[in-house]
Amino acid sequence: MTASTWTGRIRDRGVAAFPPDRLLPDTQPVYVASWIYVFGVLTLAAFAVVLASGAVIALAGPAWWHTSSVGHYVNSVHLWGTELFFFFMVVHLWGKFFMAAWRGRRALTWITGAVSFLLSIATAFTGYLTQQNFDSQWIGTQAKDGLNASGVGAFFNVLNFGQMLMWHILLLPLVVALLIGGHILLVRRRGVAPPL
Amino acid sequence: MTVAALEWTGPKRRYDIVKEAVIALAAVTALTLLLAAIFSSPDVKPVTVAQWSAADPTDFLTTAVSELDGTSGVATYGPPYTHVAGAGQNIVGGISLARLFGVQIPIDPARAFVLGPLAIPAQTNPRVARALAVYEHAPASEQRSWSQAFAGALAKGHVIARIRAHPAAFGPVPVLMGELLAMARSGALDGALVSTDRFYQTNFTKALLFLADGSYLESLAQTEHLLGSQWGMMNETGNYPGQAWLWLYTFWYQVPPFSTSSNADAQIWAIMALLSLAFVCVPFIPGVRSIPRYVPVYRLIWRDFYRRYG
Repeated sequence: MTASTWTGRIRDRGVAAFPPDRLLPDTQPVYVASWIYVFGVLTLAAFAVVLASGAVIALAGPAWWHTSSVGHYVNSVHLWGTELFFFFMVVHLWGKFFMAAWRGRRALTWITGAVSFLLSIATAFTGYLTQQNFDSQWIGTQAKDGLNASGVGAFFNVLNFGQMLMWHILLLPLVVALLIGGHILLVRRRGVAPPL
Repeated sequence: MTVAALEWTGPKRRYDIVKEAVIALAAVTALTLLLAAIFSSPDVKPVTVAQWSAADPTDFLTTAVSELDGTSGVATYGPPYTHVAGAGQNIVGGISLARLFGVQIPIDPARAFVLGPLAIPAQTNPRVARALAVYEHAPASEQRSWSQAFAGALAKGHVIARIRAHPAAFGPVPVLMGELLAMARSGALDGALVSTDRFYQTNFTKALLFLADGSYLESLAQTEHLLGSQWGMMNETGNYPGQAWLWLYTFWYQVPPFSTSSNADAQIWAIMALLSLAFVCVPFIPGVRSIPRYVPVYRLIWRDFYRRYG
């Protein structure tokens, strides 16, 4: 019987699209047996480390890590988590490309992954701009020319620390997290692309 | 619907994704903590105007007077900072997105970097107040003449001797520049460049544009191998990987015609926008979407499956 409330309809559609054994399966097709499949979850793990270390820095404020050895270490965790995040994501991306993993109504899975990658670059970039050190000064004053030439700089001012900090710690991570969440749900919905 | 979209009905194997995720999180956390402990992270102190003016006063004064006479980088930049006819890079032909969006972050270089800050000491120093009043009330042509004379003296050296020999040629500019240099050395100009009529500040646009107009910041970046011709901003200070994922964007700046083009930024951003769109749309691009079929990497990935099931 179809539910008559908005809540009921959403619940029914959710359960139909993601029954428990599809959302959290304990089996996979036999072809899911390669190290390349690990890089997706490694990317997720690195993303979690980046979010957690960023949250610790946020507790004491953006300037904390310049004056505290503990803060500097947490910043180093944030940096190396980011480096690993991109490394894992790029390997994951190339793996999915050579598997042509968009086959069989899985194009949206590719698209959400690709957009996540591009927005992650923007997120990391705003992080470099808000370090409040020489790198931030140089990267900001250099990057402004490209952004200004593209018209983006008129509204996205890389020399405005406050604006860049909000993009870095709220707007971009939120969108990246939502996209990654959608990406994972699509993988669960469509399953893992079979061999060519 | 293609075969790949159908539910897999072949053999399956046990696969504990929660256990995999927990192990991955533990392993990546441990690896990150280790990398952070071994390699740390760079944190070179930011350059201040005080540091710049003490280390290279001639560059500081040359920059300041160029802001005054309208020949500085910001003064001639065009949108989004200044109204300059025809300024703003073109993507192709006369198409310029910079000009389309116009001046959204207006900067008056003379007022923002020189005259505005000097109004602070002018409140307590009659000599500065007089010099400021003389300059502000002079015709634009006379202002330009004084500034250009001062810039010329700076370029030739022995500034003080030249000013003493022909004081009338420089008008009040030597007093203004002397006071601005003193302000800069004391650190007061650093504060003045970020202050507004509000107490809290988070915007460093003016201070960074002023620093970038000089050559001191660039000289420091060069020693750190951070110039555009040195693969630029994808690097960071010290021996760190930096933003290696920007390699393709930075690559274009190293090769002709972009390495010599005055519209390189606009052209490279246009190219990267198209490539990014193509990247997102790979599943729909004939030829590109077929590459995996012809490059047998997939046979390596699924070698166990092919060995067992043909």
